[in-house]
Amino acid sequence: MSEVQQQGGGDKKGGKVRSKKQSTRIDMTPMVDLAFLLLTFFMLTTTFAKPKTMEIAVPEKPKDTLHTPPVFEGRVMNLILGEKDKIYWWMGITKPEVHTTTYSKDGIRKIVLEKAKDVDAIVRGQGKDPSKLPMVILIKPVDSSRYKNFVDIMDEMKITKAPIYALVPITPDDKALIKANEK
Amino acid sequence: MPKVKPHRSSPTLDMTPMVDLAFLLVTFFMLTTKFAPEEPVQVDMPKSHANFRLPDTDILLLTVSKEGKVFFGMDGKFTKQTLLTNMGNAHKIKFTPEQINRFAVLPSFGLPLANLQKFLDMDQEERKLIKQDGIPADSLNNELADWIIYSRLANPKLRIAIKGDSDTKFPVINKVIETLKSQDVNRFNLITNLIAEPGVNEPEK
Repeated sequence: MSEVQQQGGGDKKGGKVRSKKQSTRIDMTPMVDLAFLLLTFFMLTTTFAKPKTMEIAVPEKPKDTLHTPPVFEGRVMNLILGEKDKIYWWMGITKPEVHTTTYSKDGIRKIVLEKAKDVDAIVRGQGKDPSKLPMVILIKPVDSSRYKNFVDIMDEMKITKAPIYALVPITPDDKALIKANEK
Repeated sequence: MPKVKPHRSSPTLDMTPMVDLAFLLVTFFMLTTKFAPEEPVQVDMPKSHANFRLPDTDILLLTVSKEGKVFFGMDGKFTKQTLLTNMGNAHKIKFTPEQINRFAVLPSFGLPLANLQKFLDMDQEERKLIKQDGIPADSLNNELADWIIYSRLANPKLRIAIKGDSDTKFPVINKVIETLKSQDVNRFNLITNLIAEPGVNEPEK
């Protein structure tokens, strides 16, 4: 297809010598083929979204567990990450009222924010500084909960800016409470 | 009667702008591309609002598959050479220089140390067929802990990242976290996908 035309310049009639006119067209089809081939290749192999990460800092392993300070139970919120993406939660230890909720925006996030306010009011009622004695959240995943649940709850903790939260193993008492609630 | 001649126009069209564009895009993709490292398992990461970018280098990536298998991946060719030499010394396994070089370019693996030599001797295609069982991380035989110790010795700047599947059971993740804690690694990253939600994703510094 490449067409290079040559037109004879002045040959016989000794007029002006015209510069040769050449068409500047070349056939670009193969080049375009190659360009698109490369384009497709790079488009398919490229990884765009760089991974985002959530930074987690866990406390050091305590050297002695006997002398941990006691916490007033009204400040403690228990969150059990149950199976099938359910959350069970209650406040304190004596006479716990077990509620269930979800990981949605109107679920656990709302509850944590509300309860944090309640705890503030209680602490203030006792005549203490609420900024020094905030709510303590205990996160207890059951064995059948998923990794996604854990990430979700850590995310909610960051969003609600909960000052104190801890990942603790679930106790038999907690399990019994949930079971009683299921019925 | 004169024949009706079809009007003939040249079928060529000016492709220059198209070519310009195509090459522009090719250049763009060539410069921005970074080949995705080959992963032994497919992992579907959970989503979160975390908006912190993982740095490109000095990463120790612990991939946890859906079935609870742990895979180990690290960057840096030279650090990996030191890592394998030290690891071999500690477990009394002598790796050949050839095996060490092959290990240095291995993106990610999940095998007990005893099987590693055989795995390194295979070629690329054979490796794909092998079913990898993950690195043992039980309390009886915690090779994962050793890998972590020696890789941190090889590269003290190492940042540890966990990439788990949404459906991984929590006890497996907990085992990995406990292993890290037992090594005094109290700061690590969980790799997640981003969900955008107005008012929540404030960019972190």
